[in-house]
Amino acid sequence: MSEKIWIVLQQRDGKINKMSWEAIRAGQALAAAVGGTAEAVLLGSGVQEAANELAQVSLNAVHVADDENLADYTPGRFVKTLEAAIGTAQPAFVLFPHTYQTVDYLPRLAQSLDAALVPEAVSFEVADGSVVWQRPILGGKMFATVRAKGSGPVLVSLQSGAYAADEVEAGTAAIESLSLDFAAMAPDREILGVEEAAGGEVDLSQAKVIVAVGRGIGDSDKMPTMQALADALGAELGASRPVIDSDWLPRNRQIGSSGQTVTPKLYIAAGISGAIQHLVGMKGSQVIVAINKDAGAPIFNVADYGIVGDLHEVVPALTAAIKEATTG
Amino acid sequence: MKIAVCIKQVPDAEARLRLSGDGKWIDEEDLSFVINESDGYALEEALQIAERTSGEVVVFSLGPERVREALRKALALGAARGVHLKDPAFLGGDSLSTGRALAAAIASEGFDLVLTGSQSDDVGFGSTGSVIAGELGWPHAWLVMGVDLDEEGRKVKVTREMEGGMNELSNLDLPAVLEIQAGLNKPRYASLKGIMQAKKKEISEPGPGDLGLAVERLGESGAKIEVLSVAFPEAGKGAQIIEGDAETAARSLVEKLQKEARVL
Ligand SMILES: Cc1cc2nc3c(=O)[nH]c(=O)nc-3n(C[C@H](O)[C@H](O)[C@H](O)COP(=O)(O)OP(=O)(O)OC[C@H]3O[C@@H](n4cnc5c(N)ncnc54)[C@H](O)[C@@H]3O)c2cc1C
Ligand SMILES: Nc1ncnc2c1ncn2[C@@H]1O[C@H](COP(=O)(O)O)[C@@H](O)[C@H]1O
Repeated sequence: MSEKIWIVLQQRDGKINKMSWEAIRAGQALAAAVGGTAEAVLLGSGVQEAANELAQVSLNAVHVADDENLADYTPGRFVKTLEAAIGTAQPAFVLFPHTYQTVDYLPRLAQSLDAALVPEAVSFEVADGSVVWQRPILGGKMFATVRAKGSGPVLVSLQSGAYAADEVEAGTAAIESLSLDFAAMAPDREILGVEEAAGGEVDLSQAKVIVAVGRGIGDSDKMPTMQALADALGAELGASRPVIDSDWLPRNRQIGSSGQTVTPKLYIAAGISGAIQHLVGMKGSQVIVAINKDAGAPIFNVADYGIVGDLHEVVPALTAAIKEATTG
Repeated sequence: MKIAVCIKQVPDAEARLRLSGDGKWIDEEDLSFVINESDGYALEEALQIAERTSGEVVVFSLGPERVREALRKALALGAARGVHLKDPAFLGGDSLSTGRALAAAIASEGFDLVLTGSQSDDVGFGSTGSVIAGELGWPHAWLVMGVDLDEEGRKVKVTREMEGGMNELSNLDLPAVLEIQAGLNKPRYASLKGIMQAKKKEISEPGPGDLGLAVERLGESGAKIEVLSVAFPEAGKGAQIIEGDAETAARSLVEKLQKEARVL
């Protein structure tokens, strides 16, 4: 079998993002596993330099759609472009980085191609001649193994960190241009611009110690207890998304894929389950402590130290122990 | 404005999870279920728009008998009617076949706007709303954190979340599908009056034939992916768990952070 594997990359201002490099690595690994060939696809305007960078990667080809009509991402044009290109080239698998942009248009591409869609894969295996994919379910508490049914291309988005960007194999690739009538494709939204979501300057990326609060604290009236722990440590307070959504802390303290990415030397997560969207924002911390009453919470898989217990007991005890240790 | 809202019923996040007998899903017996988190925000947004525009909200849910309870809850919050896709042919689908059924039910009456959640807390495809939009041929936006309708009801200005604390602003023509992200608004609580009124509201149960859909295109048979198994993650390197009551554990953690990890 010589199956064609496509990797559709995401770029901004001509720069290919890290998750796209991870997807390239996944594509190379998949090509090796099924005896296929990997090819990249790049959409945008003014992306020649990025294409040149890809020419030095071990890929069978790099298909480039470089056109001013693709300068702004719109699902309408991206879906039409990829639908036409996939229809002609008939790749067996099309891999994508599982970014917010991908999730915005990939289901529509699957729907219009009537193609199998595997969102948020974290790994694959070849079993009995077919490729099976693992993906998280139930907030990362469990994983499902899924397989595509029927014929046609299989569209897969790869979760952040599943494959290593620095393991991309170097080589050479021929650049081929995808020429389609981009102007005839209707954009289905009028892009007005981008703005900052949070407002107010809180830069947690420089914090040395962070106490991060999750939904497990139960209510905002428990926040002073968390603040006391932060004060004892000279730490900043951060939070998971539900805490922010409930207005228990301002949005500029959200940590995770929609919030800030932090790398303190000590990160204490209290009442946080450890969903992937939170983990991507904090897993680079040097030492991670998790306090959670559920021993099965996924946060314990990334933590260095864990206390299984009620945070309302553990946090005050920890504050006291820190004060004792640092003053005496 | 007439607004359709898709709500999914999912296991309560606090529920204790066990494997089902066939190893392909979790055991649903004794589980408690809730309305999916982002769908609650979608419903609230729809209710607010309907109140402002003297409109109407109709809630749609696909799932087994238990889902009726989620629909009742939405009716108690203020939705006018419910549509329950409960025929076994609808069940066990992926986002393509589930979205196809919901879209057909929505298309069988006219709507100006469809609101869904952005992602379900159980299977988490993040796709069903976009598939619905594709089936209807309407524009869509995923991960919506702001909805601003123009006065004539022809356009909607949408704030869409991007990574790293940025938002994208765009205009969409109506009708459109907006996939709402948690945190957009403050969902209300049901009032006693609402709960009483809900009892009299209609929940219809159209079957595949009523929607003009072939059963091969629905549910498990219409899905393009199949679940082979589900499992708990293997205990990887994992955290070093510190034992003892709160005080003992806290003391030994501090000691380890000082002497072993050297971060204090
Ligand atoms: C597109 C998208 C973007 C997202 N972006 C982000 C993001 O940037 N940041 C983010 O954090 N999330 C984000 N999320 C949400 C994410 O998927 C999770 O829903 C969220 O991280 C869960 O927050 P949590 O762990 O606080 O709450 P839950 O998952 O509800 O976990 C609460 C935890 O508290 C524990 N607990 C309860 N009571 C106690 C107690 N008394 N003592 C100790 N432990 C207790 C429970 O066992 C549980 O593990 C995003 C989701 C989507 C779909
Ligand atoms: N069975 C269902 N019934 C009603 N709405 C659903 C169903 N499945 C998904 N949805 C809607 O689609 C959104 C995205 O779900 P998913 O694609 O599973 O992540 C959910 O937040 C719901 O609004």
